[in-house]
Amino acid sequence: MKIKVNLISGRTAAQGANLEAKTHKGYFDACAYCELSPVDLERLGASEGDSLKVNTEFGDVVVFAKTNEGNPEGLAFIPMGPWANAVLSPDTHGCGMPGFKGVPAEIEVTDEEPLDMKSLMKKYIEA
Amino acid sequence: MPVIKDAVCSLCGSLCDDITVTVENNKITKIENACILGHSKFVGMLEHDRIETPMIRKNGELIPVSYEEAIEAAAKILVNSKRTLSYGWCSTSCEAVSGAIQLAEETGSVIDSTANVCHGPTALAAQEKGSPSATLGEIKNRADVIIFWGCNPVHAHPRHMVRYSSFSKGLFTEKGRKGRKMIVIDVRRTDTAKLSDKYVEIEQGSDLLLVTALRSIVNGHEDVIPETVAGVPKAEVIELAETLMNAKFVCIFFGMGVTQSRSKYKNGDAMSSLISDLNQHTKAVMIGMRGHYNVTGFGQVATWETGFPMAIDFARGYPYYNPGETGANDILVREEPDAAIIAAADPGAHFPQKAVRHLAKIPVIQIDPYPNPTTEIADVVIPAAVVGIEAEGTAYRMDAISLRMKKLIDSKFKTDEEIVKDLTAKVRELKRGA
Repeated sequence: MKIKVNLISGRTAAQGANLEAKTHKGYFDACAYCELSPVDLERLGASEGDSLKVNTEFGDVVVFAKTNEGNPEGLAFIPMGPWANAVLSPDTHGCGMPGFKGVPAEIEVTDEEPLDMKSLMKKYIEA
Repeated sequence: MPVIKDAVCSLCGSLCDDITVTVENNKITKIENACILGHSKFVGMLEHDRIETPMIRKNGELIPVSYEEAIEAAAKILVNSKRTLSYGWCSTSCEAVSGAIQLAEETGSVIDSTANVCHGPTALAAQEKGSPSATLGEIKNRADVIIFWGCNPVHAHPRHMVRYSSFSKGLFTEKGRKGRKMIVIDVRRTDTAKLSDKYVEIEQGSDLLLVTALRSIVNGHEDVIPETVAGVPKAEVIELAETLMNAKFVCIFFGMGVTQSRSKYKNGDAMSSLISDLNQHTKAVMIGMRGHYNVTGFGQVATWETGFPMAIDFARGYPYYNPGETGANDILVREEPDAAIIAAADPGAHFPQKAVRHLAKIPVIQIDPYPNPTTEIADVVIPAAVVGIEAEGTAYRMDAISLRMKKLIDSKFKTDEEIVKDLTAKVRELKRGA
């Protein structure tokens, strides 16, 4: 089962509190997840903590599932950080700012585990 | 034991200047008044690892070297580069920013700040239409209607509402939260929205539609408004416009929801026009919720030294500015830079992967107190003292008020200001030799 969503990214207090400890697990826990409305999570047949694969035209990333009742249906949120940026848009539309919010994405349940920060960055060096 | 009062917290753009810090044996042992973000910053000094020594990448591994070797290697990268990107300089002092601009001029680099991925569009909007603003002190003392638009201070600026806005009590706002109307406009019910009197949920990317509709109503053209705007029923849009017009003092605080969503700088541009329209009826101002504690300072220093607030290209020998062309992400995505120097920011974590892939290909010099994703792709790493804790300096709050950050403890690490000075001297020496 795949669902289509509109993906946004942004700050959270936990992301901010781990800003200067990005090699630590606290940062991973604070950023490597995707928040969906309970309805969307149910459509996926997923529970909190399951692995989700998020695909956009710019890439794909595996993150943990979380639910947020504040999200309207069809809106997905990943905290700002390397996991979100694996799938966000580099296009600045000629004004300097990349597309950190409003990226069409497809989400599905996966058996893969989210990569830790160092492993994720290694992909960019090897590519 | 020394207790330092009124320390300035160097984390977010709220720049809270009422932190009490207890220092014992050159270690911070107690922090009072800080929020979760500030607290993490201060206790981080004890709890997690630092970049302990300068390092140079050899055969894929970062190897410890002396400070002099690292400066020399970094200077060589800069001298041999034809197109350097200098990026970041926002979690540091204005004095370091000034040095960084001098180094960028010396090396013909493009220098850009984290505004590139934050409030850059706000700077563009201000250049298009102006930015009717106020100090946070004025908001505290006067604002009776406060809007948080596309921002979530509960998470990103946790003490903002208590110190400066919704909950604060001032000269003409002695009732505090009870005397103020707090409105949140966002695409999802955030923790800030949960505290509001009125939450307006809009369709993601439709901010410009709502701002434009509000302008139409404020200018007496209610008849042109369709039945729904940005997913919001017409009646609700009219009610919102009336709340604004009937206020004594309106402040719209806005964040990344506005600057990063579709229409980008045109959203801020339209918001500035809305503020101008509202000022025909009452007093209204707008303030961007700045993220890095001194990203505002970068804009100030760069503007007074080069004429431009960010994305400044020195390749021609004089400052040239065209953000959609000279912005950090634009030049990286075009694969233009053949080297980069990154300080007090983390593009490895915060740039889209296409830009990071190019950074991974070129020599990268990193100046930072802590290891982060940028360290993973850096070739020369120079550790720095933490400004506001181990070094003093000037920073600008989100409302462009300058505050002097204190040095609280001694450090073995050099400051960003010293590092950039040493680097500039070495670059000049190598260039003379050539």
